[in-house]
Amino acid sequence: MDQPIVSIENVAKHFGTVKAVDDVTFDIQPNEFFALLGPSGCGKTTLLRMIAGLEVPTGGAIVIDGQDMAATPPNHRPVNMVFQSYAVFPHMTVEENVAYGLKVTGTPRSEIGPRVTDALGMVQLAELAKRNPDQLSGGQRQRVALARALVKRPKVLLLDEPLSALDAKLREQMQLELSHLQQRVGITFIIVTHDQDEALSMADRIAVMNDGRVTQIAAPDTLYENPTTRFVADFIGKVNLLDGRVVGTEGERVAVEADRLGRITVPHEGDASGDVSLVVRPEKITLANTEPDGDVIKSQGKVTDWAYYGDTSHMFVTMDSGLVMSAKVQNTTRETVDNFDVGDTVWLSFSPSDVLLLRE
Amino acid sequence: METWKQSKAVFWTLATPGTLWLAIFFVAPLAIIWGLSFAEKTSIVDTEITGTLSNYIRALGTPVYLKIIWKSIWISALATLMCLIIAFPIAFVVAFAPDKWKPILLMAVILPFWINLLIRTYALISVFRTRGFVNFGLEWLWDGANSILAFIGLGPAVLGAFEPLQMLYNNFAVIAGLVYVYMPFMVLPLYATIERLDKSFLEASLDLGASQARTFWSVVFPLTMPGIVSGIILVFIPCLGSFLTPDLLGGTNATMIGNVIERQFKAANDWPFGAALSFLLMYATFGALALRSLFAGRKSGMEV
Amino acid sequence: MSELAGTNKAASPGGRAIAGPRGRHMTIGPLEYGRRFWLRCFVAATFLLLYAPIFTLIIFSFNDSRRNIVWRGFTFKYYEKAWNNDGLFEAFTNSLTIAVLTTIIATVLGAMVALLLWRYRFPGKPAYEGFMALPIVIPEICMGVAMLAFFSRIGWPSGMPWPLNLSAITIAHIAFTFPFVAIVVRARMAGFNRELEEASKDLGASEWQTFMNVIVPFMRPGLIAGALLAFTLSLDDFVITFFTAGPETVTFPVKVYSMVRFSVTPEVNAASTALIVITVLATIVAMRFQTPDKTEAT
Repeated sequence: MDQPIVSIENVAKHFGTVKAVDDVTFDIQPNEFFALLGPSGCGKTTLLRMIAGLEVPTGGAIVIDGQDMAATPPNHRPVNMVFQSYAVFPHMTVEENVAYGLKVTGTPRSEIGPRVTDALGMVQLAELAKRNPDQLSGGQRQRVALARALVKRPKVLLLDEPLSALDAKLREQMQLELSHLQQRVGITFIIVTHDQDEALSMADRIAVMNDGRVTQIAAPDTLYENPTTRFVADFIGKVNLLDGRVVGTEGERVAVEADRLGRITVPHEGDASGDVSLVVRPEKITLANTEPDGDVIKSQGKVTDWAYYGDTSHMFVTMDSGLVMSAKVQNTTRETVDNFDVGDTVWLSFSPSDVLLLRE
Repeated sequence: METWKQSKAVFWTLATPGTLWLAIFFVAPLAIIWGLSFAEKTSIVDTEITGTLSNYIRALGTPVYLKIIWKSIWISALATLMCLIIAFPIAFVVAFAPDKWKPILLMAVILPFWINLLIRTYALISVFRTRGFVNFGLEWLWDGANSILAFIGLGPAVLGAFEPLQMLYNNFAVIAGLVYVYMPFMVLPLYATIERLDKSFLEASLDLGASQARTFWSVVFPLTMPGIVSGIILVFIPCLGSFLTPDLLGGTNATMIGNVIERQFKAANDWPFGAALSFLLMYATFGALALRSLFAGRKSGMEV
Repeated sequence: MSELAGTNKAASPGGRAIAGPRGRHMTIGPLEYGRRFWLRCFVAATFLLLYAPIFTLIIFSFNDSRRNIVWRGFTFKYYEKAWNNDGLFEAFTNSLTIAVLTTIIATVLGAMVALLLWRYRFPGKPAYEGFMALPIVIPEICMGVAMLAFFSRIGWPSGMPWPLNLSAITIAHIAFTFPFVAIVVRARMAGFNRELEEASKDLGASEWQTFMNVIVPFMRPGLIAGALLAFTLSLDDFVITFFTAGPETVTFPVKVYSMVRFSVTPEVNAASTALIVITVLATIVAMRFQTPDKTEAT
């Protein structure tokens, strides 16, 4: 691979005794769509702001395109940011906003005009160029912020929760547009978000952060299907998490005494022993009225609750042992919802290969 | 059931005392002055309201008074400008200070405002006068320089004896006094607007490549304009009408309108002329306020 | 569009060659203005200039020298002198009496106006607000001469016994302080969550009970702040008092004014220090009353 466009090396940021970012190290590759994902307060925004130069790291180095940024103030960094509040200057028109970054760095006047037009066209705002920001909708203001940053031709575009202020429909549309835009301009995007859907749908790679540390960096599908920690498994998607203890091996499989589920055997690479967590995604679980056959882990229980989402339903099944597991049922036909009801006794089953073993 | 919001009785109970008090003890006195400004003196103690404009004509037509009016305006303007230049960095630092420091710094700015104006002016006198601390300090430095020069062999007292600086009873003293006294009035509205300003505007500007100075002029300055205008008005109006500061620090050669008005009502005993001057001052005040509302858009008249 | 990518191709080819830092590392964030050296110096210098005169005044009230410039040892004698100076003492008492009376009446009037402006909509309300703001915006000197003309025109009796001889000054002080109280209280009420009131009524309280148990407690910090403002404004006022006061009713600022015109004396320092202590204490007390309230911000 090429030289990374951004290298985060042992970066830390302490506010008093609080470690907002705690010794984080990773690389971001050129042209990558990279997401920093985590719950609020996990340090992802602080990290982004340190890349932009808006916060000074307490320790470590940030290297952008081979240059150590330690002595570089934000106005000299080859990165630009789309702020969460968009920060579109209210006293300038759309056009002036986009031209601002070129004007202040002494770009020749003859060059500014075409570049602004170009950038506005790219975000489909050409006809609103003369408007004032207070005449724009939230989505339009965000496009201004995007154009304003892209017109600078940064090496890295930073986006701080860019979609959080938009309503659900618009957000979905913007997710697609951002992905296309990134492919078109070929600039590295680093996006900060707390919304897993956003990260999963747009990013090439995702760094999951928690308590100031990076827990796992992986492609979206790896993150979802092969989380390496309990936190990631729980944070991304819905999950059934069970406590268990490895009691031995049976051929290729590991035997685990699962809490309130009993002894099961699951395939597992690498060694496993002692206390573990068992991860089963609800959509991997099948519900049936009759006892299923084959190499499955199964148990009988009663439907005690259900949540209806339109396309899917979540059924909560309580077993005799008291264990509650949730299963996701696709409402593939209009009658599917009638299949199970609260109080029904059902069979719950899942394939051993869909169980993930995580060491505590 | 009638809630008290709809009750006429409660409405009038709340409205009457304050309204009456203000009408009788504030508006009526102003009305008397307004009437007096169109009056003529008929004897040493008597005046008669004749509707004459002679008092205004005298105020705006006599070079002596015109000069004083003009001087009041430029002294106030200069004092206001200096307040702005000093207050902006202060307000900036306070607004960007860590949360636990903000109230302390703000308190430090406001506290002198709670201390009696006369006492503060008096304190300035003891610092500025010929035998005051500034001169004392300067003399000390002067003598020090003298003895160093003597020590390196240039002979005794090369610089001569120390001549104390005359810092009181001139325009400089008045401007310094006004700046000293009205600075908090400038800091507070500036602080309020800077504090309310979304910090990401500054960050965005820096991020887009603007220097700190450029960011200040292109982003901070235009966006804090309402606060700047408020501060200017809040300082300029009391400066223009100031009486105590020029009286104590300015002496006879640094008179402002306020001192002329006072003289008409006390020593000169020409109330109609004093009344006319007062109303000119009021009109100037209202003019300034109208300018402010033009700048600040349509906002409630009661907020600072 | 493709030219948007990859300008500034300054990248060092191959490997992980990292260009050396171009100077000192940044240690202060771009918006941490309070940590910048020159700004710090500026703020410190300004505060020094703001406070130095006041502190010199206080320190030299204890100086054992009439010349007031060189430290000659600690003494309380000027406090004693100021205390025994009948004129100064009387002026001090007058000022405090006027301030207390003004505070009580101005707080009541101001609170009523604040409630009126907070709760009622009526035709001409903006004009009424402008009317209430008059004493705040009009130059003091105009107010002063207006009071002088008013009280002489209506023939307010002079030579009345204490404290009636302070009535004219007190009336004038109330007139220019209560609108300030109204603003402070109203600003406080603007943060009132009306659901609190509805909840109270929903729970069965009457209008009066709701007013006393919900609205008044919420208003209290505003009342205290407003009362303090009225007290200080009254105690502080020189110009209006100067014009309203007859020859036999001297307040502290007026007395100090006449003393200062002649010379700077340590007695004035001592009396001024006493007044500073009173106002600062009043401010601190008022702040104490207000602090526990921070949590209930709506």
